[in-house]
Amino acid sequence: MHEMSLCEGVMQVLKDQAHEQGYSRVEAVWLEIGELANVEIESMRFCFDVVTQGTLAEQAKLEIIEVPGQAWCMQCGKTVALKQRFDACPECSSYQLQVTGGEQMMIKELEVN
Amino acid sequence: MCTVCGCSEGETRIDEQEHTHGHHHDHVHPHDHAHTHDQLHDYGQGPAHAHAPGMSQSRMVQIEQDILSKNNGYAASNRHWFAEHGILALNLVSSPGSGKTTLLGRTIDDLKAEMRLSVIEGDQQTAHDAERIRATGVSALQINTGKGCHLDAHMIGHALDSLQPEQNSVLFIENVGNLVCPAAFDLGEAHKVAILSVTEGEDKPLKYPDMFHAADLMLLNKIDLLPHLQFDVDQCIDYARRVNPRIKVLQVSATSGEGMTNWYQWLKTTQQLLLIGD
Ligand SMILES: Nc1nc2c(ncn2[C@@H]2O[C@H](COP(=O)(O)OP(=O)(O)O)[C@@H](O)[C@H]2O)c(=O)[nH]1
Ligand SMILES: [Mg+2]
Ligand SMILES: [Zn+2]
Ligand SMILES: [Zn+2]
Repeated sequence: MHEMSLCEGVMQVLKDQAHEQGYSRVEAVWLEIGELANVEIESMRFCFDVVTQGTLAEQAKLEIIEVPGQAWCMQCGKTVALKQRFDACPECSSYQLQVTGGEQMMIKELEVN
Repeated sequence: MCTVCGCSEGETRIDEQEHTHGHHHDHVHPHDHAHTHDQLHDYGQGPAHAHAPGMSQSRMVQIEQDILSKNNGYAASNRHWFAEHGILALNLVSSPGSGKTTLLGRTIDDLKAEMRLSVIEGDQQTAHDAERIRATGVSALQINTGKGCHLDAHMIGHALDSLQPEQNSVLFIENVGNLVCPAAFDLGEAHKVAILSVTEGEDKPLKYPDMFHAADLMLLNKIDLLPHLQFDVDQCIDYARRVNPRIKVLQVSATSGEGMTNWYQWLKTTQQLLLIGD
């Protein structure tokens, strides 16, 4: 995943919301990142610092909530934990898995003033 | 910075023109449903609540927006526009050199008599690919992304303004050669088509699972080279199905023409399904 583009996406939302929500500074940002979203968390932090320089979110704190991957197995009908997309079902070894969680890349909450 | 829609276009160039604004399409700016309530979403023990605003004047704002919501908003408006005009838009994704432009050239030569076709070409630099496509007689537009490594839905919106694809046509969008970022950037297409050539190794679907997960069709290209390579086709298809149990796979050679009729059949069937859907 391209963390720089993602951070630019975050920055766009922060700017758009500033008007609507009436804030001029962002102190902290909470992101929810799924385990299957293929986001490199360290790289995300680095890019976030770069992208926010000279903006209303300069020096804002970045908090990342990681959400575990989850899938439904079409073979055995169980809901199982999934580390990577191509892993087999830990219960029955089938690859017929439907991902049900851990794909998101969400901005959840901001601390602003 | 684009003053009309607030986009920071950076180095994007559409057909060697600096990005200028004659917006004809409506930039449907995604409506942001942010809210400042506390009651609706209970984070339980989530970190958001563990953190109390430090300074007296600071406050918490709940956003609940996808990081790519801006792109997704543009993609939705493109998708709406495609639906209104009966256009089948396909987003072709692959590594550089897998044969996208060659495949498109042959497809156009073989189908232009019976279908209306146009092409948007994405590359970091040069207008070579759009020129190759125009040589086949259909209209093509080049987008150069500069340092950008993928097309996004906003660039496509602008390209549609200039290209003006015909009613009930098929629009091929050749994305920048990159198996990572284009997976996340919805352009408003009906389907992503991943092209993988047999010179790349059969484990590509495992190495770049997001892309093969996002694609509905995989074209396994350059099968004319199979006699010269050690490439296990069945293994490759098996890997692709691991990351995407629904993916369809067609084996083709854009240079010899082998297997191309299956791809044409897929195109025609997909277009018919779209048209009767209206
Ligand atoms: N042998 C063989 N070569 C191919 C085939 N398709 C494309 N190529 C060659 O692969 C190279 C890259 O093709 P191109 O269409 O530019 O790839 P793109 O970067 O994906 O657009 C060119 O030299 C093509 O001639 C094929 O089916 N078989
Ligand atoms: Mg090309
Ligand atoms: Zn199972
Ligand atoms: Zn613009």
